Amino acid sequence: MSTTQVLIAGFGGQGILFAGKFLAYAGLLQGRNVSWLPSYGPEMRGGTANCSVILSDTQVGSPIVGRPDILIAMNLPSLEKYENEVPAGGCIFVDSSLVNRPVKRDDVKVFPIPATTISTEKGYDTLANMILMGHVIAHTHVIPDEMIRPAMQKVVSARHADLLEKNIEALNLGLNYQA
Amino acid sequence: MAEKILMKGNEALAEAAIMAGCRHYFGYPITPQTEVAAYMAKRMPRIGGTFLQAESEIAAINMVIGAAAAGKRSMTSSSSPGISLKSEGISYMAGCDLPGLIVNVQRGGPGLGGIQPSQSDYFQATRGGGHGDYHLLVLAPNSVQEMADLVFKGFDMSEKYRIPCMLLADGTMGQMMEPVALPERSAETIDKPWALTGTEGKRKPNIINSLALAPHELEEWNLERFKRYDIIRETEQMSESYLMDDAEICVVAFGIAARVSQNAVDTARAMGIKAGMIRPITLWPFPEKALKTAADQCKAFVSVELNMGQMIEDVKLSIECCKPVSLCCRTGGMIPTPDEVVAAIVKANEGGKQA
Repeated sequence: MSTTQVLIAGFGGQGILFAGKFLAYAGLLQGRNVSWLPSYGPEMRGGTANCSVILSDTQVGSPIVGRPDILIAMNLPSLEKYENEVPAGGCIFVDSSLVNRPVKRDDVKVFPIPATTISTEKGYDTLANMILMGHVIAHTHVIPDEMIRPAMQKVVSARHADLLEKNIEALNLGLNYQA
Repeated sequence: MAEKILMKGNEALAEAAIMAGCRHYFGYPITPQTEVAAYMAKRMPRIGGTFLQAESEIAAINMVIGAAAAGKRSMTSSSSPGISLKSEGISYMAGCDLPGLIVNVQRGGPGLGGIQPSQSDYFQATRGGGHGDYHLLVLAPNSVQEMADLVFKGFDMSEKYRIPCMLLADGTMGQMMEPVALPERSAETIDKPWALTGTEGKRKPNIINSLALAPHELEEWNLERFKRYDIIRETEQMSESYLMDDAEICVVAFGIAARVSQNAVDTARAMGIKAGMIRPITLWPFPEKALKTAADQCKAFVSVELNMGQMIEDVKLSIECCKPVSLCCRTGGMIPTPDEVVAAIVKANEGGKQA
């Protein structure tokens, strides 16, 4: 019986909401209770965007993640805003290509990955979100590996089916990343 | 039940309305409910229904009046400032005894306010909103599943009693995604002998009107309507109890406030406080009976709301002020944290009154 609260934050356009939806679907396909709540304010139009995802074996109470077990910060403002909200023992994942300072907390586990640089170098532009997600799965097992493909099939729309493999490949880059 | 899929609350309610037989949607965009209109724009033309983006909220509600008068299941949706604009039309619907569904995905006010979630239209919804002596049926979902389920309930009740129904949601309910199993049931068909469907020369014309210049006639209409309200108060109160069996502190919350409060009740229980929650699902009729029963057993009540204290009046009225009722609230689009609700529960348990 467990509940995992995830907060994904970054710039609008980085695929924050998509990454959250992928995670939520993976949980749903496992038969778990899930919720996905996006920020929908003016921040979506160019500023910071964030997305609360909860995966739970029991009923989900509040869908708002205020104290994330897993924080995924895709830019510096997001790290600044949420770093201190992660409970002791929690995990912080940062896109170290865009976050140019180390995490200050010493009571949490920190997993940096230069996701944006990797995405550009390996030809997966705009898929830094999935590279990060792979890194998260590798270190937290928040969802089992076998849920990756079925969940991705749910969130990549039929219209963009050609992007399915691309997303999975990007995710695998993060999954197999060695610092 | 159908396979569970992830849907936004706004989309789930729109699809549920279509499944419930609604083929006439009239709307006007406003955050945070625009997905309802977007969904209807996509779906209605494919199933022979009508999606119409009106020139204003006022036009949209008057189109609902027209479709409802013709006996069609129809609806409109908006968010707080847009509902204020619709209020004149809603009063006319009440006066004409027309059914229909009005969705309010609330945002902070007053005035243009903000776009973040709020419950500050509680008074407006439960007291009628427009002018005159009337009530709406008011349903308050607290999950995406209920966003869908209560649409069916709302249409059915609205037509059964010929009273407009308001689905009172908020920005989080509209925007969040949760697994939802859309109900596998067809629309309930309710006979509408009063509808304006054409006489074909076989019956006297029906008249749908809210104008009665003779005061005794208008009083008669109103008294007849209030007889229906009495039946609704007696038979349609809905609420959900959470850990109430041995509760000494009763939290009362609906919608997103109830989701937050559920966490707080769990935390309070872990601290050894016997806390429970009553979640109104119908805000009108307010679940007075459940509250009254709880008052026999609980030593204090905490009303948790996303406004400056509106439902708290109904809580006090329901229990006839026989126990202390404190308020835990945020306003303007802010949502109380579970910790803030826990603090209010602790204070109520200690016997102090929340300022």
